[in-house]
Amino acid sequence: MQIIVTDQDGKVHELEALEGWRVMEVIRDWGLNIKAECGGACSCATCHVFVDPEWQGRLEPPSDEEEDRLDSAPDVGPTSRLSCQILMTEDLDGLKVTLAQSARQDEAA
Amino acid sequence: MSETEFTTDVVIIGAGPVGLFAVFELGLVDLKCHVIDILDRPGGQCAELYPEKPIYDIPAFPVVTGQELTDNLMAQIAPFGAEFHYSRMVTRLEKQDDGTFVVETDAGETFHSKVVVIAAGGGSFQPKRPPVPGIEQYENTSVFYAVRKMEDFRDQDVVIVGGGDSALDWTLNLEPLVRSLTLVHRRDEFRGHADSVNKMRALVADGKINFVMGQLGRLEGEGGQLREVFLNTAAGEMGVPATRLLPFFGLTMKLGPVADWGLDLHENALVKVDTEKFQTSVPGIFAIGDINWYPGKLKLILSGFHEGALMAQAAKRIVHPDEKVIFQYTTSSTKLQKKLGVA
Repeated sequence: MQIIVTDQDGKVHELEALEGWRVMEVIRDWGLNIKAECGGACSCATCHVFVDPEWQGRLEPPSDEEEDRLDSAPDVGPTSRLSCQILMTEDLDGLKVTLAQSARQDEAA
Repeated sequence: MSETEFTTDVVIIGAGPVGLFAVFELGLVDLKCHVIDILDRPGGQCAELYPEKPIYDIPAFPVVTGQELTDNLMAQIAPFGAEFHYSRMVTRLEKQDDGTFVVETDAGETFHSKVVVIAAGGGSFQPKRPPVPGIEQYENTSVFYAVRKMEDFRDQDVVIVGGGDSALDWTLNLEPLVRSLTLVHRRDEFRGHADSVNKMRALVADGKINFVMGQLGRLEGEGGQLREVFLNTAAGEMGVPATRLLPFFGLTMKLGPVADWGLDLHENALVKVDTEKFQTSVPGIFAIGDINWYPGKLKLILSGFHEGALMAQAAKRIVHPDEKVIFQYTTSSTKLQKKLGVA
């Protein structure tokens, strides 16, 4: 199972993913530039990604809590999600996401 | 005038759970502490990021929230009378020739201590900076992340961005002063108090302020003086006159001045320590909790508590080198129980 992640510099990475892992955890485990400072508690919005439009409708929709938390990401777009709230399943094999600038470790923000 | 010079055994930088429990362990060995934190209250990440979230891996607490953990720690360390200094950042830490330390804050205080404990978690909580090109050049002249003096906003064209209580409160408070005010938020739903939302909507309905659903796009101005803010909206780019911009996207942790204190770092982000004393590369400066690194490190509150206990033994030997340290249990030692105020 794989996810395809474009980082903040435009580089594309194909990352091996495991069922039951959060997409944030996969990205962090492979050492890409993601801050994820609350560790997956839907409390900080520093794991913000843009989901590829063709994948957007195939994800579980965001909870109210995730929508609220997205308010504290300064660069939200129409397909924004918090990657800690997307759980890997077989159905998401091949998921494409792009890391937001606001997810950077150095200047999350 | 408030006091600005302090002398103490130990300065603890960070009032998160690990910094708080360090007060307990240091207190048991008779060391007095001053605790400094950038937030306006204790708890660190537990208070700022997840006060209402359940934590399941604190021993003997099947479940506890970040706020409950903080409250319990504050109760547990109360007997030791630590002094707390909130809403300030430590800007300077320097070892003196006599082996003691000088710690300075951005509030103008100076602390003299024999030991310093860095329990700063992920660094200091600072406002999130929107990733808008060139925003730095306007900071502190036209772009502010907090309102310190309302007068600075009188007769200005103000743009406030955000959907929480800070954005709403400052919209309501500044509206009577400003020349124009535009509130910008990514959606037509607000997380703030319902009462503030209603008041804000009434001001929009009366034509006193503008609300734009959109995002910050780019800034225009020169010499640090902002002139116009361009917003990305569903209808395309939209220019709004702006001489003041207030982005409110909450806080994020930044390592900050810790990187400048001459300590050996791991990957430029964490403070290297040994696992006997949790001492840094500078003797007398310890680092415990999420901010430190050693082989096998796990960022758990549990680990930070353990690190604090061992650190306290080493700190005791520095502060009272001639005293014999006897290892005792709180359950059986009358001496320790007296310190805790229970015997």
